[in-house]
Amino acid sequence: MRRYLAGRLLLLVPVLVGVSIVIFLVLHLSPGDPAEIMLGSQATREDLARLRADMGLTEPLPVQYVHWLHHVLRGDLGRSLWMKRPVLPEVLGRLRATLLLTGTALVLSTVGGVALGVASARWPRSLLDRLSAVAALFGASMPSFWLGIVLMVIFALRLGWLPASGMFAPYGGGGPLDLALHLALPALTLAAASVTIIARLTRSTMLETLGQDYVRTARAKGVGEGGVVLRHGLKNALIPIVTVVGVQAGYLLGLAFALINLGVDLLYAWLDPRIRYE
Amino acid sequence: MSDRRASATAPPAQAPRGRNVLAVAAAVALVAAVLVAALAPWLPLPDPDTVDTPNRLRPPLSPGHALGTDEFGRDLLARLVWGARVSLLAGVATAAAAMVVGVMLGVIGGFYTGWIETIVMRLTDILMAFPYILLAIAIVGGLGPGLRNAMIAIAIVGFPIYSRLVRGVVLSLREHEFVEAARALGAGDAIILGRHILPHLLSPVIVAFSLDVGVKILATAGLSFLGLGTQPPTADWGSMLATGRQFVVLSPHVALLPGLAIFVVVLALNLLGDAVRDFLDPRVG
Repeated sequence: MRRYLAGRLLLLVPVLVGVSIVIFLVLHLSPGDPAEIMLGSQATREDLARLRADMGLTEPLPVQYVHWLHHVLRGDLGRSLWMKRPVLPEVLGRLRATLLLTGTALVLSTVGGVALGVASARWPRSLLDRLSAVAALFGASMPSFWLGIVLMVIFALRLGWLPASGMFAPYGGGGPLDLALHLALPALTLAAASVTIIARLTRSTMLETLGQDYVRTARAKGVGEGGVVLRHGLKNALIPIVTVVGVQAGYLLGLAFALINLGVDLLYAWLDPRIRYE
Repeated sequence: MSDRRASATAPPAQAPRGRNVLAVAAAVALVAAVLVAALAPWLPLPDPDTVDTPNRLRPPLSPGHALGTDEFGRDLLARLVWGARVSLLAGVATAAAAMVVGVMLGVIGGFYTGWIETIVMRLTDILMAFPYILLAIAIVGGLGPGLRNAMIAIAIVGFPIYSRLVRGVVLSLREHEFVEAARALGAGDAIILGRHILPHLLSPVIVAFSLDVGVKILATAGLSFLGLGTQPPTADWGSMLATGRQFVVLSPHVALLPGLAIFVVVLALNLLGDAVRDFLDPRVG
């Protein structure tokens, strides 16, 4: 297990190098000349050429990449031409809010989706099951950027129950409750699509596991209904669910994708002892 | 594969009646949307790009503007109808392009082993591992914003779904006796692929495609919403939604109507896709 973990972490290095090359090339391919943007349209041709040379833009592409990587490894992501400030603090300053929002959305969609899916599988064709099927169809068809606006119009503008923007109230805010109120609408919007996917997947895998012989055996041995559903049903149904939650986490975060994949693989081994990593 | 044939022609296993009614309703709504979009130039609508600032942000049911006007006084109904042309065409075209590329790569990756398979499938894995919106933004960043480039980006991001699906089917088909029999009779790769493998791919690919068009419409609308797709003044549901967002406090209809249009069309496509799947592949429910 430990060797597997070390191997996977080592494999991250070439993946990260590959990603850094892709990011560098995309930056390079994107339209617009940084020198022209910095100096404006009034700049002379000589000024532009001098600035390009100063910034190292006249060097061959691989040399530029090595320079760039060298700076990135020392934590220097360059300066924003737009805000005239170093980029790294700008990114880090927004990381906390990003992680808080995506983390909340992920917890909401996982807990809500699994609970809804287990209930749908326990009572198939019930009203709850049907409602969750309709919700899944709606969730898959609704653009999330539109759902956000709809929720904002209803709960912030019309009803006035929740704030429409910001992280804390400008006056007298700052407590955890204030934060939770500000988180509610964006986190719900982000979670809406994933919660329905996770619920439907949980339902179908749970229905499959609850039909297995060992579940009948557990019932025959007198295991209580809760133990049957949760211990024998849910734990065995969790593998595809963990996969999807991992994918959703990747979509929500965009960042740290490789690390999430690794975490998912390690969870597989915990869930199903037959899965071994050597 | 004979069992598959038999089950495909048998009536769909316990497909509830309500679902058929829904599927028919979805089909009617889609045909109506396609007809309206196709006939837009001949419909008695105001010009979608004519600016009329004194009449900006009129509410729905205003005289002369059934659905009201946007921030430049342009007729919202006309813009929705013309926007349908862009959104529907973009959805079908990107899904079709992703399908053609994905099926070709999937067949190659499944039929030929060795380095070809390795290259094709690793490429697929890399594309699938990247968060799709990030990749699409990167591609549009490289090519420049605009509807055509946004569509190219979405097609590139979308083909791995098809290549994964098709490769899985081809891998199992390759080992079947009828392929061995064809080979024993002296059939070459082209004949085996064209006559014995491709027909079996038809139903899973049709199912995937019918569910994919909606996803692609959402994706194009998303890129337009971010300003990377259709450029002004061309009407497109995603960009209409994006600009309408700024006026959501006073005139929510400007943002809500294009979103509603996307929602209804994608919902209809999903309902129809589910019905197609029930019909062609009754084992999955």
